[in-house]
Amino acid sequence: MGMNMSEKILAKHAGLESVEPGQLITCKLDMVLANDVTAPPSIKEFEKIGKPVFDREKIALIPDHFQPAKDIKSADLAKSVRDFSRKHNLVNYFEAGRVGIEHVILPEMGIVGPGMLTIGADSHTCTYGAVNGFSTGVGTTDLAVAMATGEAWFKVPEAINVHLVGRKPKNINGKDVILTLIGKIGVDGALYKSLEFTGPGVAELSMTDRLTISNMAIEAGGKAGIFPFDEVTKAYVEGRVKKPYEPVAADEDAKYCQTVEIDLGKLKSVVAFPHLPGNTKAVEDIGEAIQIDQVVIGSCTNGRLEDMEIAAEILRNRKVHEKVRCIVIPGSQWVYKEAMKRGYLEIFIDAGCVVSTPTCGPCLGGYMGILSAGEKCVSTTNRNFRGRMGHVDSEVYLAGPHVAAASAILGRIAAPEEVE
Amino acid sequence: MKVEGKVWRYGDNIDTDVIIPARYLNSFDPKELASHCMEDIDETFAKNVKAGDIMVGGRNFGCGSSREHAPVSIKAAGVPVIIAASFARIFYRNGINIGLPLMEIGDDVEKIKADDKLRVDTSTGTIENLTTGDVFHAHPLPGFVQEIADAGGLINYIKNK
Repeated sequence: MGMNMSEKILAKHAGLESVEPGQLITCKLDMVLANDVTAPPSIKEFEKIGKPVFDREKIALIPDHFQPAKDIKSADLAKSVRDFSRKHNLVNYFEAGRVGIEHVILPEMGIVGPGMLTIGADSHTCTYGAVNGFSTGVGTTDLAVAMATGEAWFKVPEAINVHLVGRKPKNINGKDVILTLIGKIGVDGALYKSLEFTGPGVAELSMTDRLTISNMAIEAGGKAGIFPFDEVTKAYVEGRVKKPYEPVAADEDAKYCQTVEIDLGKLKSVVAFPHLPGNTKAVEDIGEAIQIDQVVIGSCTNGRLEDMEIAAEILRNRKVHEKVRCIVIPGSQWVYKEAMKRGYLEIFIDAGCVVSTPTCGPCLGGYMGILSAGEKCVSTTNRNFRGRMGHVDSEVYLAGPHVAAASAILGRIAAPEEVE
Repeated sequence: MKVEGKVWRYGDNIDTDVIIPARYLNSFDPKELASHCMEDIDETFAKNVKAGDIMVGGRNFGCGSSREHAPVSIKAAGVPVIIAASFARIFYRNGINIGLPLMEIGDDVEKIKADDKLRVDTSTGTIENLTTGDVFHAHPLPGFVQEIADAGGLINYIKNK
């Protein structure tokens, strides 16, 4: 029996010829990740084990959630991560201002790559499936043990084949693909399973589209969201990933527990209504106008240069609606600088946007754009749970950068075509 | 472990943001986290929960963020076991890893209501609803995952190895 991409990566890292769904295995890890919220409790657990770190080059600690520190307690969290990183001489610790949001910078800097196995104490660690790796989120205890042993246990997941066909139309991007998929299969549609993207439609998707899609696999309950290695992957990872890597491809007779087909040509701009990422609706079907108070463009889901470009092209020579605050957060220092060089930041500022340093900030209700009671926000982030961005009676509508930018201009949820 | 307690009943897709909102994640002190547990959907829980009370949810319990602060806050509130139709996978792992038993019983969960009294044996997976007389059996943990649970969590398991 052939293996799918998830099985191949897991088998290789378990030192096995083959694995099958349900099998419990222990794997050697290529990269272990945590942030300023999850690393501090991990460090505390790690110290109970009484071992040194397994490999100072394979641990990435990124202070991005509440940094630059939003309050004294957050400063204490960052300090404990900084002290730990210095004590163990970690190669991949990056101070605020040097890099950015963890899931933007790890692929961008080539720290993760094809065929690699990564765990991270952050649920959106599944992002690296976009570069043909197997990566998944864990909690702080798993992370602590991984920092000491370089290993983690896994149950080999069943895989869902997401078969992509058709040509991607103008104004449709990765966010529409993943929100449509979650709307179709539900927020637990991929529970305990991995998503594997296949079919001719894959070639239609840019690396930014793929990173957005893999990032939100967890929003369908998925353990991972993996893309095949192709010319797009090759062009992206060449020159970035310095370590040797081995791409994986699914065998022709690979087993999938389910196949879901998505015709990219039929996709519409979609929005996920409060309070679940699966509450999707096409913008054109919304009906009565939904007035908004805030727009957020950024995050590990949509904080990349292409996202900035999409938003800037829509906001060029236009103004953010007088009743709306539009907050733009480039996902990394590289994205920030490129956006500046290309004139996007000037477009945002001229339009009346707030432009922030890279941070997770408002996505999880940390800081830099917290909502008051009754306020509504269109956001390119990944979760719209009750209270996610602030007050328990505020509302978050998830969308891509095109819908977010158009909505910022019109002061209501809008499709990009409405401002063309 | 055998426990008896009153049920705190919640619905489907209880996410980790409502279990412990991010505004409290600047601390990882279990007691402090427990004092805010569930407050955005149930202000009465943290104030009134008693040691031994049992939390019962629907499908996909614990979805969303990987924050271990969520199961830690529930455990620190005195809840010895969570029962649900199904759990989100990171939350499930985290429960096992911190020594908080999680029991999956599928649609049988519909037969447990708020304030019912349950008797639970986590070693056999048996759940008795003392209010209605129903008896349920949770899916057993696979292979060495049961050994992690028996050790009281992953840190103890690794140290004993």
